[in-house]
Amino acid sequence: MTHNIQLNSDGKLKHFLSIEGFDKALLTEILDTAASFVNPADGQIKKVPLLRGKTIVNLFFENSTRTRTTFELAAKRLSADVLNMNIATSATSKGESLLDTIRNLEAMFVDMFVVRHAMSGAAHFIAQQTAPHISVINAGDGQHAHPTQAMLDMFTIRQHKADFSTLRVAIIGDILHSRVARSEIQALNTLGVAEVRVIAPKTLLPAKVETLGVTVSHNLTEGLQDIDVVMMLRLQKERMTSALLPNESEYFKCFGLTEEKLKIAKPDAIVMHPGPINRGVEIDSKVADGKQSVILQQVSNGIAVRMAIMAMAMQHNGAGA
Amino acid sequence: MLDIPELLNNLEIELKRTIAERQLIDPLMIGIRTGGVWIAEVMHQRLAITEPLGLLDISFYRDDFSQIGMHPNVKPSQLPTNMEGRDIILIDDVFYTGRTIRAALNEIFDYGRPHQVIFAALIKRDGKQIPITPDCVGTQIKLDTGQRIKLTGPTPLSIVIETSGR
Repeated sequence: MTHNIQLNSDGKLKHFLSIEGFDKALLTEILDTAASFVNPADGQIKKVPLLRGKTIVNLFFENSTRTRTTFELAAKRLSADVLNMNIATSATSKGESLLDTIRNLEAMFVDMFVVRHAMSGAAHFIAQQTAPHISVINAGDGQHAHPTQAMLDMFTIRQHKADFSTLRVAIIGDILHSRVARSEIQALNTLGVAEVRVIAPKTLLPAKVETLGVTVSHNLTEGLQDIDVVMMLRLQKERMTSALLPNESEYFKCFGLTEEKLKIAKPDAIVMHPGPINRGVEIDSKVADGKQSVILQQVSNGIAVRMAIMAMAMQHNGAGA
Repeated sequence: MLDIPELLNNLEIELKRTIAERQLIDPLMIGIRTGGVWIAEVMHQRLAITEPLGLLDISFYRDDFSQIGMHPNVKPSQLPTNMEGRDIILIDDVFYTGRTIRAALNEIFDYGRPHQVIFAALIKRDGKQIPITPDCVGTQIKLDTGQRIKLTGPTPLSIVIETSGR
């Protein structure tokens, strides 16, 4: 599968489907562009007229609050018109195929689709099938990728840590089922961190996980040593039923992040979580709400980063305008 | 042929005259990135304005986004949050088509409704495309259509005229 589909003929961003296939320069350009939307004085993001007259459709086949809301805010801050389609409750439930839904929306002169789907590859499929002037942004596809989450996390890290090249980052929890983890690992390695360490029970790690460019630990206490950035993943409760884990309290005992365990990491380590958090399952409330937590900053940064990606993907969409 | 100290002196005289004529009170000076900021820094000092200089980056307000896309190295504008009722002196290096000033005015008006705005440019060249004209200029020049004029700086400030083969 080629990822060149993400770039147009002159190498500029066209679709944003996966971190894979992008180089450090492009990821850095996204982070710099995102920073340019934020007023350094008060952290506010002002509305700008860049995408006036453009129509963006949030095509969510899977539930989401944070991601959909920040995409919507980002589009509105860029002055685009936004449609929120909750497909789970509309067309497809009446039997319309995905392709027919897309064709109908294209007929309404849409310029961009923001797609979340439970199937891996759904955004990629839509990007291949849709009209050539339309850009597609992946807002999470199955267990494959969640690249805008990874970019807003990179942005958050850069706000706290000056230099990616010296960083040791731990990703903790359900790596196996996590599209966030996959995108984070790719983004961190592309930006050239010193180490990405995954910490999880064997049952929650994909086979040959080392080939993704990570080191592996099965022990949180050992694994947190020398760590600058602690990324927690949500333990998806549905995994409990599939016999991958004994029970929640056992998991918390081994892999839950508590204040005591956090002390093993570097004293200035930051704690991240893509949300929604399960307090007392993967993270203790005292840590989630503590001084080292940047969890709510991650949410705020989602707006500027998604603005940057949308604006960059739309910049060569002048033909039909 | 263009002597920068002389142009700066001209602009200073014109600005003082216009400020008196239009009776500006406690004006806020704003420079347009990048060249306009360099000129504004000089004028800000010479007119002894106490309030910090405002910086405006109009990249997100340009009208050519769908033709040429994002501009690299955009920096956030730094303006007071409330422009309501203010007297504003807007400064750029070169006035050409007028589109930059259109974008700058749009951005300023997003922050509030100023009482009045005056606009000063170090150099006014021919070629305007929309009905906007500077209130104060250091000099006016005529160039061939293929020629571009550019300020480099900040120290030293100098003027480059490029001829493209268009």
